[in-house]
Amino acid sequence: MNFQHTEDRHMLADSLNRFLSEKNGIEIRHQSAGSALGFSREVYAGLAELGTIGALFPEDAGGFGGTGFDVSVVFECLGSNLAVEPLLGALVVGQALIAAGTDAQRAALESIMAGTSVAALAHEEPGSHYELSHVTLSATPAADPSAGDWVLNGRKAVVPMGDAADLLLVSARTAGQPLDADGISLFLVQGDAPGVSRRGNGRIDGGRTAELTFTNVAVDASALLGAPGQGLAVLERISGYALLALAAESLGAMDMAKDQTLEYLRTRKQFGVPIGSFQALQHRMADLLLEVEQARSAVINAAAAVDDTDRTTRERALSAAKYSVGRIGTLVAEESIQMHGGIGMTWELPLAHYAKRLVMIDHQFGDEDHHLARFIALGQAAVCA
Amino acid sequence: MDLQFTPQEQAFRDDVRAFLKDQLPARIANQVKAGQRLSKADQEEWHAILNARGWLANHWPEAHGGPGWSTVQKFIFDTECALAGGPRIVPFGVNMLGPVLIKYANAQQKAHWLPRILSGEDWWCQGYSEPGAGSDLASVKTTAVRVTDASGDHYIVNGQKTWTTQGQHANMIFCLVRTDREAKAQSGISFLLMDMNSPGVDLRPIRTLDGDCEVNEVFFTNVKVPAKNLVGEENKGWTYAKYLLTYERTGIAGVGFCIAALVKLKVIAARVLKNGKPLDQDPLFAARMARVDIDLENMKTTNLRVIAAAASGGVPGAESSMLKIRGTEIRQEILSLIRRAMGPYALPFEEEAQYAGYAEPLLGEPEAATAAAHYFNYRKLSIFGGSNEIQKNIISKMILGL
Repeated sequence: MNFQHTEDRHMLADSLNRFLSEKNGIEIRHQSAGSALGFSREVYAGLAELGTIGALFPEDAGGFGGTGFDVSVVFECLGSNLAVEPLLGALVVGQALIAAGTDAQRAALESIMAGTSVAALAHEEPGSHYELSHVTLSATPAADPSAGDWVLNGRKAVVPMGDAADLLLVSARTAGQPLDADGISLFLVQGDAPGVSRRGNGRIDGGRTAELTFTNVAVDASALLGAPGQGLAVLERISGYALLALAAESLGAMDMAKDQTLEYLRTRKQFGVPIGSFQALQHRMADLLLEVEQARSAVINAAAAVDDTDRTTRERALSAAKYSVGRIGTLVAEESIQMHGGIGMTWELPLAHYAKRLVMIDHQFGDEDHHLARFIALGQAAVCA
Repeated sequence: MDLQFTPQEQAFRDDVRAFLKDQLPARIANQVKAGQRLSKADQEEWHAILNARGWLANHWPEAHGGPGWSTVQKFIFDTECALAGGPRIVPFGVNMLGPVLIKYANAQQKAHWLPRILSGEDWWCQGYSEPGAGSDLASVKTTAVRVTDASGDHYIVNGQKTWTTQGQHANMIFCLVRTDREAKAQSGISFLLMDMNSPGVDLRPIRTLDGDCEVNEVFFTNVKVPAKNLVGEENKGWTYAKYLLTYERTGIAGVGFCIAALVKLKVIAARVLKNGKPLDQDPLFAARMARVDIDLENMKTTNLRVIAAAASGGVPGAESSMLKIRGTEIRQEILSLIRRAMGPYALPFEEEAQYAGYAEPLLGEPEAATAAAHYFNYRKLSIFGGSNEIQKNIISKMILGL
């Protein structure tokens, strides 16, 4: 057993933290997070140059990492620096290309890793509420083959950086009913393809999302990623990377929220003494520390399991981690605000933005309840098998 | 990082499993799994089996009869034992006093007392808590006054200890005593070894809420203790006491017992029916079970991380307080779920069914006879060894710097 990161990963984390603290200080971060683009192209290019995006993918795909611990190290740094750059989209779309893409499709990895192309997963739909197999956007064979091979119609909800994305990975139903496991197909669609209309929104925790409407969007057969109708397994696989990434990001953010709250307890005086001398707050802080250490263990478990070939082992560890950071992240956010008192409610305080991110992570790729239920279902399926 | 056990560690685990399969008496394992109370003879028998294999004092260095295990090996051993239904090693001599003697006692004391712990010749109990003190151990009032007379150097001890677990079986007690009444609370305490059979020692059992009598009050009236039974220096006992407590807390985390209890819970929940379906398919019960399952998975890794950090030779520090809090919370939650799983059959209580050899037909599920008693008995986990609130004070001071 060994709980030490390799030297390479230490160096990656160090340079990443140095870069982000210089180039993504809180004021700059607020500007880019609230901008029309939702992030900073300059910061994103810098991250790519440092090898941050390449670290998410294995060597045979042109990267230099790709293991669970590479992913967790990168996203923990992003979380502790509150970065809004679209690495999550790069991770999931890139992993989909690796898992199911043709050579021609995999060529897109190069610009993704270079940070010149923004990729996004367009999967969630209004009303799907995290359920992976809930896909209603339809893909039907084109009546007029000269315009393309498939025609997409439907809506996608809350697509991260959906208005800026160059490349969309779109889940679509080519057969069956909304919750069927079979009949889901994946398509690679250019963000500005004719018939795709995008309505962008700012997010409460910074960055942007978009509601996408597909109206008779025609795509060629070469846009189909993997076998038709067999997209769910790929979706589960890439969602697994997202669960790990988000859990690690949450851990990075909760470490910062915890540190900032602790510093506040040591310095803020009331009744003539530092408020950290009050036992009521000491015990809450001790609980936070304990919970954050549990979250750290959950992320380690998930990073070790993300490449496990046994589906139940892998997915249970991933759901356990997302459940854990969902519960603990929200707790850390709420307790940190409470212990800061009034100042915790202000935009001025960086802590408030960590708190928002911590809570909002629970709204991506399934919340605490969703993953607890999934953890149970996976266990019952394993017993029955 | 690599969370897998090394091939050597896996081979060690196989060794432990083989040993348990051959050597752990089925009668004892069945009693443990059924949650029945063990007799002194049962516990002594298991100690003797472990000692014969050289595995009893697994925290001790080889020079004193320990097996020379790594912290990971100890973890594997504890977990495998718990899963196999091995009784908890009575911790007072082996896990608590032993390390203190090894670190602080003089050569003569080590040579005399350590082998007797291993052989079972002495059964130790702990004389820390006093009435009205609770987790505030530094408020020790039991006094020891040094006198020299014709028969030699002695301490005369007066006072009272309480919550003395398994004191009814013990022939020896290690005590915190006040040797300087003028000094500040923590600087006038000494660490003294006393013979329970000395004139002036009186033991009274305390009946606990589950009906058992595993704890006792111990009274000292002018008890004469040879001065050579002082460990370390006079008035420096607090240092030794704290050292002992870090060992106690790590043990109390009881990850192995949590794992074994969760396995038991899952077996029960798959068998007990509600509305014609197993309880583990009831959404609310399944959710409670899944939460504690995930918390325990995280806890296992947290525990291994602390072990890995301490593997460089350090003793567990304030991190043991984190393990104590979370480990005890998890174990209490599992015991609570086992109790809930019994439904109304948690209500009937038959004292005799807590012991092996109960011949009457059991009511309800086989676990129903002990489930509620266990739940109540193990409320102690978050109280003893320094209450979980005290552990939070330690964390806030030692780790958080508040």
